[in-house]
Amino acid sequence: MTTVSATEHTRRDFLYIATGAVGAVGAAAVLVPLVTQMNPDASTIAAGAPIEVDLAPITEGQVIKVFWRGKPIFVGHRTKKEIDEARKADLSKLKDPQADQKRVKEGKDQWLVLVGICTHLGCIPLAHAGKYDGFFCPCHGSQYDSSGRIVEGPAPYNLPLPPYEFLSDTKIRIG
Amino acid sequence: MSGQSTYQPQNPVMKWIERRLPIGGLIHSSFVAYPTPRNLNYWWTFGGILSFLLGAQIITGIVLVMHYTPHADMAFKSVEHIMRDVNYGWLLRYLHSNGASMFFVAVYIHMFRGMYYGSYKEPRELLWILGVILYLLMMATGFLGYTLPWGQMSFWGATVITNFFSAIPGVGEAVVTWLWGGYSVGNPTLQRFFSLHYLLPFVIAGVVVLHIWALHVVGQNNPTGIEPQTEKDVVRFTPYATSKDSFMMVAFCIVYAWFVFYTPNFLGHADNYVPANPAVTPTHIVPEWYYLPFYAILRAIPSKLLGVTALVGSIVILAFLPWLDTSKVRSARYRPLYRQFFWLFVLVCIGLGWLGAKPAEGGYVTAARILTFYYFAHFIIILPLLGKFEKAKPLPKSISESVLGKAGAAVAVLAIALSVLMLPKAAIAQGHEHDTPAPPQLKWSFSGPFGKYDQAQLQRGFKIYREVCATCHSLEYISFRNLAEPGGPGYSSAQAATVAAEYKIKDGPNDAGDMFERPGRLADAFPKPFANDAIARATYGGSVPPDLSVMAKARTYERGFPQFVFDMFTQYQEQGPDYIAALIKGYEDAPKGMQMPSGMSYNKYFSGHMIGMPPPLQAGQVTFDDGSPTTIDQYSQDISAFLMWTAEPHLNERKRLGFQVMIFLIVLSGLLYFTKKKVWADAH
Repeated sequence: MTTVSATEHTRRDFLYIATGAVGAVGAAAVLVPLVTQMNPDASTIAAGAPIEVDLAPITEGQVIKVFWRGKPIFVGHRTKKEIDEARKADLSKLKDPQADQKRVKEGKDQWLVLVGICTHLGCIPLAHAGKYDGFFCPCHGSQYDSSGRIVEGPAPYNLPLPPYEFLSDTKIRIG
Repeated sequence: MSGQSTYQPQNPVMKWIERRLPIGGLIHSSFVAYPTPRNLNYWWTFGGILSFLLGAQIITGIVLVMHYTPHADMAFKSVEHIMRDVNYGWLLRYLHSNGASMFFVAVYIHMFRGMYYGSYKEPRELLWILGVILYLLMMATGFLGYTLPWGQMSFWGATVITNFFSAIPGVGEAVVTWLWGGYSVGNPTLQRFFSLHYLLPFVIAGVVVLHIWALHVVGQNNPTGIEPQTEKDVVRFTPYATSKDSFMMVAFCIVYAWFVFYTPNFLGHADNYVPANPAVTPTHIVPEWYYLPFYAILRAIPSKLLGVTALVGSIVILAFLPWLDTSKVRSARYRPLYRQFFWLFVLVCIGLGWLGAKPAEGGYVTAARILTFYYFAHFIIILPLLGKFEKAKPLPKSISESVLGKAGAAVAVLAIALSVLMLPKAAIAQGHEHDTPAPPQLKWSFSGPFGKYDQAQLQRGFKIYREVCATCHSLEYISFRNLAEPGGPGYSSAQAATVAAEYKIKDGPNDAGDMFERPGRLADAFPKPFANDAIARATYGGSVPPDLSVMAKARTYERGFPQFVFDMFTQYQEQGPDYIAALIKGYEDAPKGMQMPSGMSYNKYFSGHMIGMPPPLQAGQVTFDDGSPTTIDQYSQDISAFLMWTAEPHLNERKRLGFQVMIFLIVLSGLLYFTKKKVWADAH
């Protein structure tokens, strides 16, 4: 092998580094389609559009389940007793303190709209169950009160609220 | 072979691993220190290219499976879903479908290289046989994969190929029923084909490991065909072979990308964009281009059993090549007669491919018989005798005496590969009956490498669809939301929602258990104009007006030689819209003496000339807000452009991305070329 001079060395190194760098950019670019193809596709996104729920048939004390983006949404018509319990709860004793007023729309205290997925590991809690007149998750024993707030058990947060608005007194749009 | 590895890791972690599992040493001895003959030319880079393509096919395939549904009722739709909705789905599918063709281009070059340089001779017989097994596995995988979109060619290809087995005496029928899982090709067939199509690539990968293992035991052959004798005759695999292989791999990707981004359907069949229909066989049924020579052999023989036997034999005979060729000299370089017979054999294979695409009638059959005879004679008569009578040229003393192949070789490779690709297409084109005139070639805003849809034209086309076509034709793969998506007619979401709300969509059941109608939403597909096919048949005189979603890709017309060769370079992909535009304008009075059944119209461009659709558009029928002329010429172009968009909604993005990929690949292959030159500078 012939000896290589120092200048030739730098020129050669530059070529190798440039080639390697351009190749690496290409390899990274190839990852883009391979990774993003697993994100929700256009039809899934379109199917996740807002839904409307008619509240008229829901009687006092009843909780119905509707699906939005594949998630169960609880729409509950609370009784006076349930509302009072939720309002009187001692916030300092809660894991994730939040006033009941902040969990319902103003003037619509009786309507509780929740994402019905336990914040522990994703099971669906049972309505009208547990020790606090609210929800009870049978998987790992999380207890939620009549405002959907976690009181005891392994779940770290309250049941989340989906985005929704009242279109009229008897109609909401979720999403 | 590499012998003892000289790999000595310095890193303590690597040392720890190496003592327990010497994988670093294995990689080092196989792909770094491995001695490779210094005179290998560019023809030797196709092994690496094939490994790359296998990897690419497996990765894109695994990704496609995440979105594909292997069910007879849903497969076609799920492929359209991939093409339309999945992020980069169109790219992944085109990479996979064109990747299969590229795989065969590379394997044919690889095989012919082995034949030319006698790479199958002692001690490389087993290496060659493993290669033949790989080729068989590839053919099976390619065939199984082609059935999965469940289009017309998928269905009828599956029917024809599985019927090969019915030639087996006695148990043939039983075997075919077993293969189908039913009394005809159907859903069970599709599901098992899907399973096997997923399995076989991994079997291929396993046999590739054996193939490379065997290669590393006996060492690579080289253009002189004599074994390396001294250190001077070889160079290390890395960086020498790696730099050369990398350059060719990226150069090959330029061809690959050209097909994927600019002519993605050039190597496919328009008929496969028509959903499978067990009641109608496409008029001209041909396999994919890479099976055509064998298809010609099958059809050359007028007996079912013998035809299938000949087809199988034409591939199996390759495995016996090491013993059929009796010459002691490996490379055709030193075999003046064999070299000529080799090229004759290549021409015979191309000729058979050409005949495979022709209709099996008249002179074509005779020609196919002559070539089939020659194909077998090459192996059974010429090669055994040649070894005995041929006087070889003197062999060089060592490899270092010989010189390296020129870069020109690579160009020749590609040129030959492309011409092999093209020929069968010409044959298909010329095979059609000639009384249907070719539609005039129109100017389209979306043609060529920088083509884009004209938004105003798509909007006009959509208006025509709504006001005229929609009365009879569905658009079931198109949703209202598509109207607002980028690269389309450019409506706003609100406008698209307004359009949607004007349609009635059947939904339900509601709480009372009743079906009901509601205004359309963005996520809804265009509703069909008829409740089911039976009603359509009753209403429209016996035939169902076809869905228009993919129509512009499902129709084509003959291009003929040499037009189709230019088409690949000019990227002419607008056969569909040209045909549709011509068809709309092609209504004439039937020629004298031609009896038109009632309800049928005469159309110059329609195959058979009798079309159930009455002339759909009259001048002045649809008015445009932008003041475009309300002529049939204008209408026919606008609706065709609109249908091209419904068939290929991501065309704008495809061409834009294609340009970027092309620039990138050219830069990278340039850099790799100079890198390779630098690396090899001190080896010459």
